[in-house]
Amino acid sequence: MAEKSFDFAKIPHIGEIACNGEFKAAKARNTATFEEKFDQKNKVVESLEKAIRLSGLKDGDTISFHHHFRNGDHIINQVVAKLAEMGFKNLTLASSSLAAVHAPLIEYIEQGVITHIETSGMRGELAEQISRGLMDFPVVFRSHGGRGEAVASGELHINVAFLGAPSCDPFGNANGYSRDDDESIMCGSLGYARPDAHMADTTIIITNNLVKFPNTPCAIPESDVDYVVVMDDIGDPKGIMSGATRYTKNPKELIIAKTAAEVVKAAGYVYDGFSMQMGSGGASLATARYLRQMMIDEGIKCRFALGGITGQITAMHEEGLIEKILDVQSFDLDAAKSLKKNHFHQQIDAPTYASYRRESAVNQLDFVILSALEVDTDFNVNVLTGSDGVIRGAIGGHPDTAEGAALSVIVCPLTRGRIPCVVPKVNTIVTPGSVVDVVITDQGVAVNPNRPEVAEKLVAAGIPVVSIESLAERAEHIVGKPDPIKFKDKIVAVVMYRDNTVIDVVRQIDED
Amino acid sequence: MREKKRLRRSMMFVPGNNPGMIRDCHIYGSDSVMFDLEDSVSIMEKDAARFLVYQALHDLKYGKKELVVRINDLNSGLGIKDLEAIVRAGVHVVRLPKTDSAQDVIDCEKEIARIESEAGIPVGTTLMMAAIESANGVLNAREIAHASDRLIGIALGAEDYVTDLKTTRSDGIELLFARCMILNAARSAGIDALDTVYSDVNNEEGFIAEATLIKKLGFDGKSVINPRQIEPLHKVFMPSEKDLNKAKAVMGAYEEAMAKGSGVVALNGKMIDKPVVIRAQRLLELNELAGVREVEEI
Amino acid sequence: MKLIHKAMAGTMESSDIMVTIEPKEEGGIELELTSSVMQQFGRQIEAVIRETLKGLGVENARVTAADKGALDCTIKARVNCAAFRAADSDAYVWEAK
Repeated sequence: MAEKSFDFAKIPHIGEIACNGEFKAAKARNTATFEEKFDQKNKVVESLEKAIRLSGLKDGDTISFHHHFRNGDHIINQVVAKLAEMGFKNLTLASSSLAAVHAPLIEYIEQGVITHIETSGMRGELAEQISRGLMDFPVVFRSHGGRGEAVASGELHINVAFLGAPSCDPFGNANGYSRDDDESIMCGSLGYARPDAHMADTTIIITNNLVKFPNTPCAIPESDVDYVVVMDDIGDPKGIMSGATRYTKNPKELIIAKTAAEVVKAAGYVYDGFSMQMGSGGASLATARYLRQMMIDEGIKCRFALGGITGQITAMHEEGLIEKILDVQSFDLDAAKSLKKNHFHQQIDAPTYASYRRESAVNQLDFVILSALEVDTDFNVNVLTGSDGVIRGAIGGHPDTAEGAALSVIVCPLTRGRIPCVVPKVNTIVTPGSVVDVVITDQGVAVNPNRPEVAEKLVAAGIPVVSIESLAERAEHIVGKPDPIKFKDKIVAVVMYRDNTVIDVVRQIDED
Repeated sequence: MREKKRLRRSMMFVPGNNPGMIRDCHIYGSDSVMFDLEDSVSIMEKDAARFLVYQALHDLKYGKKELVVRINDLNSGLGIKDLEAIVRAGVHVVRLPKTDSAQDVIDCEKEIARIESEAGIPVGTTLMMAAIESANGVLNAREIAHASDRLIGIALGAEDYVTDLKTTRSDGIELLFARCMILNAARSAGIDALDTVYSDVNNEEGFIAEATLIKKLGFDGKSVINPRQIEPLHKVFMPSEKDLNKAKAVMGAYEEAMAKGSGVVALNGKMIDKPVVIRAQRLLELNELAGVREVEEI
Repeated sequence: MKLIHKAMAGTMESSDIMVTIEPKEEGGIELELTSSVMQQFGRQIEAVIRETLKGLGVENARVTAADKGALDCTIKARVNCAAFRAADSDAYVWEAK
């Protein structure tokens, strides 16, 4: 190197300039071709076990997962089995949600590998065992917005995130699909995995599809990723998503859906440039069909649709009826395909979707149509525990969207079989009645007395409105008065409202 | 509710041995529901359906719905058993299937009257309708329609009828004669004319075309086999805004003329005949009945 | 009423109840009930079955009932039907409403 033309120490204000001192020499270069570098694999480690060891995970730590693979997920069971094999104990499992497929966790809870669970929902055998008192530490149920914010703010600290990804490059750029090929599994948005990837001390991506750098677009950037593990089996495509969510043909759900469309219209929330979200569930999805016709007839468009996205929403987007889609979770293959090909179908993360600490997207909703297991005469909604008191559901974005939207609409049948769905008191409060505006059943519509202007508009539009009490009475008249469910004192789960305050608890069921 | 004259745009078939449908059938908005003990119930389950429909009529509340039961044909021996149960359970309308002659109606009425008197129900309470399902029945339509004061209407049952004719159902031309016969017979007796079912539930376009045709002919309503057919059917029967405005103007002119004691009704300088007034009146009545949306008290 | 042989009524469909009745010489009504809504309605379903049988004068029988959320009126109808089938009779006394 030629002689220096400056004296480092004499540069004015050098102590105040952000720099690492004086240049000495460039790093040794890697002159392998781009193609050869792919084989050098950068962050790729050869086994899950090695990645776990490298992560520095220790007993008592918190591990996290996402639920974008739904009931097709093979990541959680495989990772926890490996952790058990490696002898870990006393771990907190914080998943964005859990499904029936996760029943094998029971064994690892019994062995003390997992001693605490954080999730949005739970179904199947695991949920039944939890309801029967499997764990001493109560399960913590959070909404998608509440969890997203807890993770993003560090309140829920994650030591190691194990995030399944349908595509990833050797540097860790990970995504829920791949623009390189159609061969891999697809899950669409990875919205619930993004805060975990960003905040975890160590992030491990688990993929079955290692693609060339750069994997663009990506949900999780390489800057958030420490290790990449390639495994043959990350999930069952059939359980992750199926073709298109079909519109229901159930006539009861259809009349509820039709009424829901009429209600949001009459209440003044369907206008040119409105915004909306439909929950999953037959009646709420079917509402989109009636809204679509309304929009065509009146020549109006929706500015954006939010949330868990289905093929119905993406079809309306492709028809030009919905201008933009904000997708935190893709519910079916059509939605995932749309995310892959449509410019204005945007993937968003959980805090952007529903954090309570900022102006998240839910606050921009005109209306949301949500399902319920049961609603009570104070308009409180339960989507978590069944009529027998057993956990069998998920909070999801229910309280986030109900509070955020200008009009929150609950759709549910008046009775399911012999079970009343409008009751004097719900088993578990997930969404408080103060943020629930309208309840639509197949046998009448009730409006929360705190929204008298909505009731007036519905009546003016010729939609009969009845009191919520009369719906509960009618349900009881049809099915009879159920005997109360018996619970023990033990608290098996706590339910958080979207601001992470405890709104209710779930107790152990009493089968004696 | 039991009424001889009422709105009967839609009569929904409910299989008599299906407890779920029997429980929920009132929520779909049809004007009448028809619990079927006949073709939708297998021969081994006739007793079970009879017990079920009897108990439902006894115990469940259906608000203002008209409750119809299609019994088995009297010649089968099952029809009488059906009547014994459902007349006592307070059915509004007995639908008699396969009515070939006025005598079939008279025979059935006799049994109903006997049961009513045995059960302490005022004789004449139970209403009837007759389904015509054969060439003979169509040719006897007028006599059938006049055969009993209990009759609220006569209906076409097309499946058996086209078989009798040695044809199949197609674009509707095969039913034209029967529909016209039944319609004229019903009008001659001052009762309702009710059309047959449209079986292809997934063909909404075809259903609407058929509903539009029978409405044009003059039918009062149609049977439906799926709740999804009810709304499109009611739409067909809903008077248009234009027709409503015209009817209102006609009735306005008519009332004005009546108030003046004038026998001549005129609108925009044109004289209005009596049939025009009658049609306007019917249209407004239909609109009022059809337009009311209320939650039924049950 | 005299039961002659084993008989069954109802289906396993939702909102229905499948009732099997078998004659017995003594020992009263032996009832085996399963229900999708056992916790909330088991007690009431059992009461309706026993009351219906009592109304028919059936004092001894083995009864199996598999309930899928049937309403009381359906339970009565299925029990009545099964009992009359078991008695080879159709002499049910229909009552005026």
